[in-house]
Amino acid sequence: MSTALTTGASLPARTYAVRRADLVRYAGASGDLNPIHWSERIATGVGLPGVIAHGMYTMALAARAVAEWTDGAEVVELGCKFTQPVVVPDDDTGVDVVVAGTVKDVADGLVTITLEVTCAGRKVLGAPKAVVRA
Amino acid sequence: MPIDPSLVGRSFPPTRPYTVTEERLREFAAATGTAYDGGPAPATFPIVVAFEAMNAFLEAEQVELSRIVHGEQRFRYQRPIEAGDVLTATLTVSSLRQIGGNDILGTTSELRDAGGVLVCETSATLVHRGAA
Repeated sequence: MSTALTTGASLPARTYAVRRADLVRYAGASGDLNPIHWSERIATGVGLPGVIAHGMYTMALAARAVAEWTDGAEVVELGCKFTQPVVVPDDDTGVDVVVAGTVKDVADGLVTITLEVTCAGRKVLGAPKAVVRA
Repeated sequence: MPIDPSLVGRSFPPTRPYTVTEERLREFAAATGTAYDGGPAPATFPIVVAFEAMNAFLEAEQVELSRIVHGEQRFRYQRPIEAGDVLTATLTVSSLRQIGGNDILGTTSELRDAGGVLVCETSATLVHRGAA
């Protein structure tokens, strides 16, 4: 069910749980086998706080929220910075990533959505933004 | 080992053609929590092909993948990717900066279809973490 895509509209925040098993599955599906996404030993060995989610996995969750809000509208632009790691503990609950969005602009058949992607109340993506055809 | 600054501006050979199949799209969609219904690929799917180009580049430069952290990613799509597309990615190193013992590497990759038509342009910033 899509939300009205009018300028200024707040899009309902989506919460997605991220567990270690999700990272392993994403590694296989994407081909990104970087061990910092599955090995505590290697992740901490290169100075990370622990196993972290693929930035592209978090970005995929942001894109998932956009697809849900827009009924799968064609995406013409998508981008973000990866500003904070999403540390995923080795337990059954993992961590929650929350994706919120605001319609920034609607013009010429294009809808610009600015996103806010957080984990434990902290922004993990910098200036995430999507432009869709609607 | 710092990354060779003379790489800036260099383009690497296109990746081997990647055939987008329904199975691959279904697998990628499921791994990112969505369902594939036979339509366009999920928006971040082009990373699969772009990542091959990045991996080939890192291997050629003998950069350890575990020392790479993703800094930024942008996609600009000409059209959605669909099953049946045969894609290649060509990576160009666009910038290199050194900050605090880390290399900040800017890359752009063009994904083209079997006819050579541009499907998606993507840029990535990769942070190569120096040894502690």
